[in-house]
Amino acid sequence: MNRTVRLCLVLTGLMVAALALAVLAGETAFSIDQYAAAFSDPTSGPAEVLWQVRAPRAVCALVVGAALGLAGAVMQGLLRNPLADPGVLGVSATAALGAALAIVLGAAAVPGLVEVSALAGAALAGGLLITASRAMRAPEALILFGVALSSFAGAATALIFNLSPSPIASAEVMSWLLGSVQNRSWVDVAWVTPAVIVSGVFAALSGAGLRMLTLGDEGAAASGLNMGRLRVFALIAAALATGAAVAVAGVIGFVGLVAPHLVRAAVRGDAKRILAPSALAGGLMLIVADLLARLTPTDQELKLGVFTALIGAPLFALIAWRAAREWRL
Amino acid sequence: MSLLSLETVQARLGKAVVLEGVSLSVAAGEVVALCGPNGAGKSSAIRAAVGLLTVTGGQVRLGGTQITDLSHRQRAERAAYLPQERRIAWNLPAIEVTALGAPFLSGAEALGRARAALNEMGAGHLADRGVAEMSGGERARVLLARALVVDAPLLLADEPIAGLDPDAQRLVLERLRARADGGAGVLVSLHDLTLAAAVADRVVVLDQGCVVADAAPMEALAPAVMREVFGLDGEWIEGPSGPLLAARRAQ
Repeated sequence: MNRTVRLCLVLTGLMVAALALAVLAGETAFSIDQYAAAFSDPTSGPAEVLWQVRAPRAVCALVVGAALGLAGAVMQGLLRNPLADPGVLGVSATAALGAALAIVLGAAAVPGLVEVSALAGAALAGGLLITASRAMRAPEALILFGVALSSFAGAATALIFNLSPSPIASAEVMSWLLGSVQNRSWVDVAWVTPAVIVSGVFAALSGAGLRMLTLGDEGAAASGLNMGRLRVFALIAAALATGAAVAVAGVIGFVGLVAPHLVRAAVRGDAKRILAPSALAGGLMLIVADLLARLTPTDQELKLGVFTALIGAPLFALIAWRAAREWRL
Repeated sequence: MSLLSLETVQARLGKAVVLEGVSLSVAAGEVVALCGPNGAGKSSAIRAAVGLLTVTGGQVRLGGTQITDLSHRQRAERAAYLPQERRIAWNLPAIEVTALGAPFLSGAEALGRARAALNEMGAGHLADRGVAEMSGGERARVLLARALVVDAPLLLADEPIAGLDPDAQRLVLERLRARADGGAGVLVSLHDLTLAAAVADRVVVLDQGCVVADAAPMEALAPAVMREVFGLDGEWIEGPSGPLLAARRAQ
C-alpha cells in the first residue's frame, strides 16, 4: 500500500472518530439510557438531537471543510504558492457578496435563494479569474488580480451594510460573514455534497497538470502540458468548492490554507497526491473546530469562522515563517 | 531535414522587439551554441523554438512541421526544453521531478526512464532526495535529467551551466555533446565562449535580436565579431585541450 493511500485511510479513520464524537457530545448532556433511546427509538427526543441536529451539522462541517481543503490544495498547486488559499483569489469574498446582496434584497424568505446567490457570486469570480488567467500568465499576476477582486467584493459587501435599511438584514449578513454550520439540516448536506463531488472531479482532472506545474509554467508547458485547459479546470474546481462551502456555511477562513500544509510533507510535496488527503484533513479540521466551538462555554455560541480564524491566523504566520526559511521567499 | 528551423522569425516581449528576422537551424548530430550578450535574444529564440514565445513574423518548424500545426504533446515529443529557471515549487524527490519530463508514459515506465536519466547525469544517488535539500549543481543535474528523459530528437537548453562550478559545467556540456553524438540535435545558449567553442559544432551569435554570425566556432567568434558584439579585444590561443579565449575589454 503506498503512503498516500495509507495517509487517506488514517485521516478517514480520524474523521469517522471525530464525527462520532461530534454526534455524541454536545451542550445537552445525555444519560446512558437516553443515548440508548437515541439509537433504539428514532422518535425519541435524544434521537432528534443526535440525528437531526448534531449529525447533519457535523456532516456539513465535514463537507465544507473538505471543500475548502480541496480548494486550498488546488490553489496552492496552480499558483505554486504555499500561502495561497480560496480567500486569496477573491472567490470567498465574491460568494459572500452574492449572499449579502440576496439577504438585503429579501431573498432569505425564499428557501435556497441565498445559497444560489452565493454560488452565482463564486461562479462570477471563477469566470473573471479564468478570463484573467488567459491574459495574465504569471501566477503572481493572477494572485494580484484575486487580491483586487477580493478587496472589491469586500468593499461592495461593506457598502451593502452601509446602505442596508434593515438592521435585521444587516445582522443576517454579518452572521453569514462570520461563518457557521449551526442549524444546518440534511437538506443542506444533500445539495452541497454533489457540488463538492463535481469539484472533486475537476480537481482530479487537474491533478497531473498541477504536479507538472512543479517545474514552473514554461517547464510544464514545454513537457506537453496544456496550460490553458489546466487553468480552466483547476479554477472551476476551486471556485465550485469554495462557492459551495460559502453558500452553505458562510465565510470560513484558513481551513483551505492550513489543510494542505498538514499533509504536504507526508505526500512529499506532490501537488497531485496532496488533493485527497488535503480534502480529508480539511473535513477533519472543521468537524473538530465546530465541536470545540460548540463546547466552548460562552453565552453566545462561537461562530465557526471566528474560531477557525483565531486558530488559523497564528498558524498562517507560523507557516509563512517556516516557508520563508525553507524556500527563502 | 533540420530538426529545428527558425526562418526570419520576429517576436516581441511587450512593446520591445526581441527577435528581428532570426534564421537558424539545428540538424541531427550537431551541437549549436547560441551566444551573445545579455538581452541579445538567446532565451527568446529558444522559447520561440518550443512555442513558448508567440512569433509575430516568420516561421518556426520542428522536424519540418510548422510549430503552430503541432499539438502540445507533439511539440514535447519533438523537442525537450531545459529552461534557465531552476526553481522547483515543491520538495519532490529527484526521481519524481525527473519523471515529470515524461508525462505521457505510464508511471512505472516514466520512473524507469527517470532513473536511467539520473544515472546518465551521474545523479543516481540523488534519486530519493528532495530537491529543496540539494545544491544548485545537484538540482541542475536533476533538471537536465528531466529534459533527457523523453529522448526527444531535439534538445534545447537555455544557459544550462549558469551558476555551476567548473566540474558541473563540464559534466552538463559533456552530456549534451554525448546526446548529439548519439544522433540528437542540441541548441544551447552559453555565455562562456571558450566552452561554447569547445563543445559546439557551430556557433550562432545573436546581437540585439539579429543573427550576426552563424559558422564554425572559430569563424563565428572571430576577433571582429568579438569586438563588435561583446566589446572584447580578444584572440584564440591553442590550449592543451582546445582553443582558449584570451581577451580583455575593448578600450
